[in-house]
This record gives sequence, C-alpha cells and structure tokens, in this order.
Amino acid sequence: MHKDQVQGSVSHGGASGTQAIDDMSREVAFTSKLDALVAWGRKNSLWPMPYGTACCGIEFMSVMGPKYDLARFGAEVARFSPRQADLLVVAGTITEKMAPVITRIYQQMLEPKYVIAMGACASSGGFYRAYHVLQGVDKVIPVDVYIPGCPPTPEAVMDGIMALQRMIATHQPRPWKDNWKSPYEQA
Amino acid sequence: MNKLEKLKQSLSGKFKIENYKFIHAVGDDVLEVPKEDVPALLQFFHDSGQFDFLMDVCGADYPGREKRFDVVYHLFSSKDASRLRVKAQVGENESIGTVIPAYRGADWFEREAYDMFGIKFEGHPNLRKILTHHQFVGHPLRKDYDANLQQACTVSLPIHFNNEPGSPGDVLNDKYVPLNIGPAHTAMHGTLRVMAEMDGETIVRCNNEIGYLHRCFEKMAETHPYNQVIPYTDRLNYCSAPMNNIGYCKTVERLLGVEIPPKAQAMRVILAELSRIIDHTIAIGTGAMDLGALTSFFYMFGLREQVYGLFEKLCGARLTVSMTRVGGMAQDAPEGWFDEVLALCKEIRKGTDEMASMVVDNKIFIQRTRGICPVSAQDAIQWGYTGPLLRASGVNLDLRKAQPYYGYDALDFDVPVGTSGDIYDRYLVRFEEMRQSVRIIEQVCKNVPGGDYTIRDKGIVLPEKKDVYGNIEGLMNHFMLIIKGLRPPVGEVYDATEAANGELGFYLVSDGSANPYRLKVRPPCFAIYQSYPTVVKGAQLADAIATVASMNLIAGELDR
Repeated sequence: MHKDQVQGSVSHGGASGTQAIDDMSREVAFTSKLDALVAWGRKNSLWPMPYGTACCGIEFMSVMGPKYDLARFGAEVARFSPRQADLLVVAGTITEKMAPVITRIYQQMLEPKYVIAMGACASSGGFYRAYHVLQGVDKVIPVDVYIPGCPPTPEAVMDGIMALQRMIATHQPRPWKDNWKSPYEQA
Repeated sequence: MNKLEKLKQSLSGKFKIENYKFIHAVGDDVLEVPKEDVPALLQFFHDSGQFDFLMDVCGADYPGREKRFDVVYHLFSSKDASRLRVKAQVGENESIGTVIPAYRGADWFEREAYDMFGIKFEGHPNLRKILTHHQFVGHPLRKDYDANLQQACTVSLPIHFNNEPGSPGDVLNDKYVPLNIGPAHTAMHGTLRVMAEMDGETIVRCNNEIGYLHRCFEKMAETHPYNQVIPYTDRLNYCSAPMNNIGYCKTVERLLGVEIPPKAQAMRVILAELSRIIDHTIAIGTGAMDLGALTSFFYMFGLREQVYGLFEKLCGARLTVSMTRVGGMAQDAPEGWFDEVLALCKEIRKGTDEMASMVVDNKIFIQRTRGICPVSAQDAIQWGYTGPLLRASGVNLDLRKAQPYYGYDALDFDVPVGTSGDIYDRYLVRFEEMRQSVRIIEQVCKNVPGGDYTIRDKGIVLPEKKDVYGNIEGLMNHFMLIIKGLRPPVGEVYDATEAANGELGFYLVSDGSANPYRLKVRPPCFAIYQSYPTVVKGAQLADAIATVASMNLIAGELDR
C-alpha cells in the first residue's frame, strides 16, 4: 500500500510530491526533533571513563561487574582514554597532587562530556578534612551529578547515572559548565 | 634470661651501653640510644643475624622536648619472631645517619619521615618528598602543622629519576625513549606513576612516584578519638577493610591491656579470612585483567559479591564495614550467619578451583609470568617484603604461625611457600592461601564459642542501646564515654597482624588523652613497592606491568 502511494505521488512531481512524501513518512516513521533523537542516543550510550583512585573505584568495579551490570543502562563500554569517553566517573579521593592530572584529563575529553562525582570524597573531600585532600573535585572541574555515600552502594551509582540520563534527555541547562576555565590556565 | 639481658650481653664491649636505655614496656622491648650510634648499631644487628627484618622507620614529634623528634626503628627476627624497637632523639636542625647500608628497605621509610617531619637522614641518596606534592611547604605531621591547611598543587612533576651512584639522575639520555605511565593509566590501578627510559621494549632505568592518594591518615588519627579512627582504617586497604579494623583495634587493646572474649576472637578470625579471600580475588582478577584476561575479573567479582552479601548481613555495609570496636565487635552476628558462612565456603572452594584452572593453568598466563622478574629470598628480606610475596620467594614467614593471635595456633592450616619468587609463584601462593583460608573459616564456624561479643568495661565500650534508653546508669556511661573518650594509659606499642598483603603494623603512642598522640601504619605494600625500579630494571615493559599487578598495590595503604 505504501509503495503504491510513493509511486503515485512521485509520478505527479512538483510541490504536491513533497507533500506526499511528508504524508508517507508520518505513516511509516516516527518523527521527532533531531536534538531529541540525539539526546536519546547520547543518554543510552554513555561511555564512562572510570577514574577510580580509591575505595569507590572498587565499588565502581562492582557496578560494572556481573551482579549489577551497568551494561543494562548502555554504559558498559569503559574507556580508559579520555578521548574516547564522554562520562568521567570520579570514583575516589582526589588529592591536591592529583588535581592537575584530573583537570588535564577532563580537558582532553571531547564534547559533549559529563562528570559524575562518586562518593563523599569526590563530592566534598568527605571525612578527609585534611592537608593533602582536595575538598571536592568540583574545585577544579564542573560536576553534573553528585552521588552520596562512602562508598555509595551500586544502586546509588545507578541512580546517579539515571539522573544524568534524565538531564541529557531533557536538555537541562548546565550553567556550572558553561563558563568553566581550567584553574591552572589563569596563571 | 630474658631477651633484653641477652641483647645487653651481645652489645657490651662493642657499644657504649652505659648510654643506652633498655626498657621493657607493654610487652615490647625498647632500646633507646644516642642518634650517633644508630647506623652502626643496626648494621651490627643485621650482620650478626639477630634481626633480619627492618619492618618500619618512622618519626614522632614532641615539640616540648629539647630534642624534638624521635626516630623509631622496628626490627624483627624471623628466627624466633622477636621484635625490638630502637629509638633515637634528633633535634630540629640535626640529622641522623641513614641505615640503608644495613637494611635496603629503609629507603622509602626514611624519605617518608623526612617528608612528614623534616628529619634529615645523612647519606640517604634520594632524600626528597615522597607523599606530599613537590610544591608543599612544611612538614605536615609536625604538631604545629594544622590538619586542615591545604596547599594547592598547580603542576605535576616532569619525568624524574633517582640519584643513584653512577646514574645521571634527572638528566635524560638522548639514546633512549622516556616513557611516563600513570597516574591515570589503567594498568596503574588509579594512582601509581611509573617513569622509565626505554631502549626499544627494554627498561633501561625506571622510577616510581607515589603520593597521589596521600589522604593524611596519620594526621586524621591524631585529630580523632580512638573509636572514630576505625572508619579511617577501613580505607587503608579497602580491598580487605575488616583486616585493618582488626589490626588497629588489636593494637589499642594491647595498650589498654584487655583481652577480647573468645566469640569476638572467632568473629575476627572469620572476618579476617573472608577478607583475605576477597583481597586475593581482586589481586588475581585485576592482575589477570592487566595481562588481557577480562573473564577472570568477572568470575572473581561474582565470588566477591557473595562475600559482600555476608558482610551486609552482618553490619549493613558492603565494602568498608567498620565492624570491630576497641574491646570486641560492634554487634553480634545475626542468627544463622555462621551457617551461611559455612555454606559459602563450599562455593568459594569451587570458585577458587575454577579460577585457578582458568588463570594459573592457562598457557598464555604461564608464559607471561613464569620466570619473570623474580625476587630472591635474600633480596625480599632486605627490602622488607612480607606476606604472599615473601612466601613466593621461598621464605616461610606468616605471623599467624610465627606470632599466633586469636587462636590461630589451635587451627589446622598450611602456609604455602613458593620457590623462585617470580610472578607466577605469587599467584600460586595466593590461590593456595585462599584454599587455606577456607579451611580456617570452616574450622572456626563449626565451633563458634558462646558468650559475649565484646568486653563490658564501661570505660572502653559503649553500653547497648537498650541500656542507654532503658536505665539511668546506661545513659550515664554512654554520656561519660562520649564526652570523656576512651583513654588508654600513657605509653606506646607496636603490634602487627598478617594482613592479605603482609605485615600490617600499627605503632601507637598514647599521651593519656582521648586521641592517639601518634599512630603510624606500617603498610605491607609500601616496603614492597620501593623495590620496583630495581626489580624491573632490564625487563620488558609488558613484564613491568605484570609485576605491578602481582605486587597488589593498594593505594589507600601505600599512600595513606
């Protein structure tokens, strides 16, 4: 039936032909805005770069592991190169010594890129109010989702990833990221 | 004749022992000597074979004293498992001779004491910062350094090398390719950094930098009450958190002079052995992953998740359990928990055999690991190796046998020992230890003692919640202990347990207040990792990666 329609409309040619193709696509295909389609693709194929420095890194292994299996959320392709990843999972304490390193890694990631701070240390320094610990990774790079816990349970991590997926799907503005500049470049 | 008398006899005539103090306190033998004598004295201990291991070197700060710092050496003899603490006082602008000629393994420990306190070790070839970053000013473990005073680091150090005699130091050779791996490299387990000069695939020389996870455990311990330090110990070796809880609580209990009830001991043994098993699963799983075998990681993690289930049932937490308290356990095991542990033992046994057939029986794995970067027994002792790596080198030393605690001497288990000290032997030893741990757990679980899970001293242990809310005495005891804190007597103690990676020691100094005055951790992989540049010199790059994996470096305890 569709085939006949297409053939029929093409034979007429001109403006009415375009009209007919439009009708056809409404019947056989799902129409959407391009950016909605892209967002849908993005949110379901996040490629995380696990930046596991400490205990949270072990718990993130659990999330990737057989029981919790992050693949169900389309985010199983762990990349250890920032250039191939779009989601930086900061899992563990970031020390002052590590801060320039993680900033550079963030800069090496391609847009669009997202950051999850997993656990208390990455979010705020946690209970390490100490001379060598960065009091939250958001002091140097913009963070989209904070996951509480020390370490967070795998369920909490999944909740965080789903929250990020919602943000991507709804095009939530991210003002914390818009004017971000590396704190090390001003000098 | 006790050990101190014997020691005195062996030293008399050779050293001016009238200036020495021989002290026996809290079960430890202590020798206080003038700082000038330390290098010669330790050389004598080493050469005469009295003490073959230098387990730890650390500093301690006493600002009110004329000579501000203590440098503390912990010696150990594998022959009779005796220990000796040698202490020397050093003033703020003075230096003390290095003991590297006697014990090669003093290297990083002295650097750490320099970094943390500013104690200078004369003759040390690379006396520079090790844990804090290179822009850090001051010495954080001095009592006048504020725990919350952060200093920003703006740039990483470029590739640098150690100043060994005859080597060009930081000057790079044009003939070779400089290579930097880490700290953000997948094979570097998050926070390790290795720098090398390569001739093709061969490592000409190499250096490793640590400190990327230095989160100030020791300073945090000084600023928190005794029981609040327990969660921090969880995060030392987070792959086997309960073992750190146990090691720390055992140390405090020894200083307090209390013995925990048999049931608490049994629970601690079960927790420790379960932790040993899951620690080895991570070591083996990620080790094989670094060699390209991803499957083993998934298998191993399945096993680990099951043990997590048991932990969760016991206390609600999976990874960082904080299950012990000074004086016993935090709470009793739920009904039927021991039976569940027994049931899981069968699974672990099966899983271990399955894993072993997949990893150590695998042709590719054998070719990648057998005969690669071996460490001889002699070298291992010199570097201060302990645990599976030492045993893989053929030294039969396990504190559960040599210095039994918590009834390990009544349990029937074997200590696996390797022959060559290569990477393959390390994995063989780990697999066998997992099997032996299962044996231990089964024996304990079949015969769990009854009684209480903690002591009931109201100056040490909080009363149960039903008493706090139920009667005035419980409420008062709770209030008093929270306000006043747990206060061990003035004194100091060094205590060690056999953790998954080796000897986990805690050196605790109490000034009678509610916080530890000084708490030094002797992490097993710190001593092991300092040998890395020497071990991989001349090896191929891929073998160096395999070596890192086999050492099972846990940044939490390495950098603290």
